Amino acid sequence: MSAPADVITLPSPPSRAARRRAIRLGDIPIVPAAILIIIALVAIFADQLAPHDPEVGKLTARFKPPFWQSGGSTQYLLGTDQLGRDVLSRLIFGARVSMVVGIMAVIVAGVIGTALGILSGYLRGWVDQVIMRITDTWLALPALTFAIFLAAIVGPSMWNIVIILGVTYWTRYARVIRGEVLSLREREFVQLAVVAGCSKWTIMARHILPNVINSATVLGSLMLGVVIITEATLSFLGVGVPPPQPAWGLMLSDGKQGLMVGYWWLTVFPGCCIMLMVLSANLLGDWLRVKLDPQLRQL
Amino acid sequence: MTRYITRRAAYCALSLLLLSLTIFFFVRVTGDPAALLVEPGASAADIAAIHHRFGLDQPLWVQYGLFMWSLAHGDLGQSFYYQTPVIDLYLSRLPNSLMLAGVAMVFSLLIGIPSGILAAVRVGRFWDSAGKVFALLGLSLPSFWVGLVLILLFSVYLHWLPSSGAGTPLHLIMPAFALGWYFAAAHMRLTRSSMLDVLGSEYIKLARLKGLPEALVITKHAFKNALIPVLTLAGINLVIMVNVAVVVETVFAWPGIGRLLYEGITFRDFPVVQGVVLLGGAMIVVVNLAIDILYAVIDPRIRLER
Repeated sequence: MSAPADVITLPSPPSRAARRRAIRLGDIPIVPAAILIIIALVAIFADQLAPHDPEVGKLTARFKPPFWQSGGSTQYLLGTDQLGRDVLSRLIFGARVSMVVGIMAVIVAGVIGTALGILSGYLRGWVDQVIMRITDTWLALPALTFAIFLAAIVGPSMWNIVIILGVTYWTRYARVIRGEVLSLREREFVQLAVVAGCSKWTIMARHILPNVINSATVLGSLMLGVVIITEATLSFLGVGVPPPQPAWGLMLSDGKQGLMVGYWWLTVFPGCCIMLMVLSANLLGDWLRVKLDPQLRQL
Repeated sequence: MTRYITRRAAYCALSLLLLSLTIFFFVRVTGDPAALLVEPGASAADIAAIHHRFGLDQPLWVQYGLFMWSLAHGDLGQSFYYQTPVIDLYLSRLPNSLMLAGVAMVFSLLIGIPSGILAAVRVGRFWDSAGKVFALLGLSLPSFWVGLVLILLFSVYLHWLPSSGAGTPLHLIMPAFALGWYFAAAHMRLTRSSMLDVLGSEYIKLARLKGLPEALVITKHAFKNALIPVLTLAGINLVIMVNVAVVVETVFAWPGIGRLLYEGITFRDFPVVQGVVLLGGAMIVVVNLAIDILYAVIDPRIRLER
């Protein structure tokens, strides 16, 4: 079927399949993605991978160096800590803590922030005023101070840390999502939904939410690094994941005891793990930002 | 103009009031300070006596009223733990914090500005990508770990620098570097983007058309103008550095404000926590206000908004 000559054809918007094809496999930064996948796999299969119990050590085997140094043995590949616990096993289980806390905290923060951002941006008026004033007050306290506070209130545990980090970092989502919703609510499809008699809640859930999910995902991937560092910092300060659970930040805090006598492996290995994970998350987040959401490129 | 300043100042006062309210109630949720001040197994009467001495037996709103009343008279109260006025504690730690933040700022600018300029001049080439990796690395390394590795290198193995404490300029080098490192990345990114903006402007094109050598265009014409936003950010960051140094201060046992706040929270020393948080919040708010006003003076469009 051919169109009449006098009809102007508009270029059709790219189909869903074409858009999906736009993200080709070759574009994905392979190294960071691979590192994150490996860490995730290590976290999942920690029970099978770890050669020793991460929480119970042998007091006769304290402060053993890694196997290539004199005094080290292949029984403890990366050495042991002040309680004779195997560093490698603790690193492996630490990956689980970092992954669970990081991803769950990003999700908690994302759900709170996105919900409040949509409410604030769509309803406007006093709801907007209240939410934005709360956001402002939240931001006047440095995030770390705020997290230490919350930790002092609810006490240390892994799931409390998830909630603390979620409650600390939702403001960033709220700000960005609100800005997007402010422009979305003036768009025609939203106006049409209003005319069609949709309730406010239906519009927010069915029409606004799907359009801000992209931004929320990008923000989430960028937040992952921040959240993991904050978790490590809280554990390091002694208000995060409680001992004897193996968390990388906690291992660094323990490692401080052996630092001055040169037990370097207790400090270097956990730090390298944190760096690898955060750097990979940041690289991937950066790539997602450029790829998925042109509006966020300035962030 | 006066109206603009008045409104901005009122907003600031409001957010400080909210902050005082938030912190006042937050700190009281963390627990009972008396439990940490008495010996284990102390009688209920002893605990009640301590409550009475610190005024904790009164209703919350009375406590808040008293706190605000003495605050209005410039009194932040007495520390439960040290038994000295909070303001004295704060002022005894402030010089240390300012010194640390000042040197950290110098470090971060010395690293951030030249590498930012280099990245902008060589945009898309090797130095640009190297700078990008450096910036990401700066954001990916926890500052306390940088501190620990520095101790390992320079104190344990090389014996060049003292590992902790304060007193000599040598004590300052490692904590300042660990603190400044993170901010260097931010300063580098901003220098790069601001330099790119300036390099694309008309007057730089003119300078080039006049036939000035490229080195002169960059150092004399572009650099100065690109520096304005970077220095503004540096001003804000200096205040932020004073208030977020707690981790670095912990690693190096640096007696600054961050430690004071952290100890205050763990010992449930309510007046100390309230005082430090409010003074920190006031610093941030006042600096932001000053910048807003400065911008309004420079750029009339801002005044007319809203």
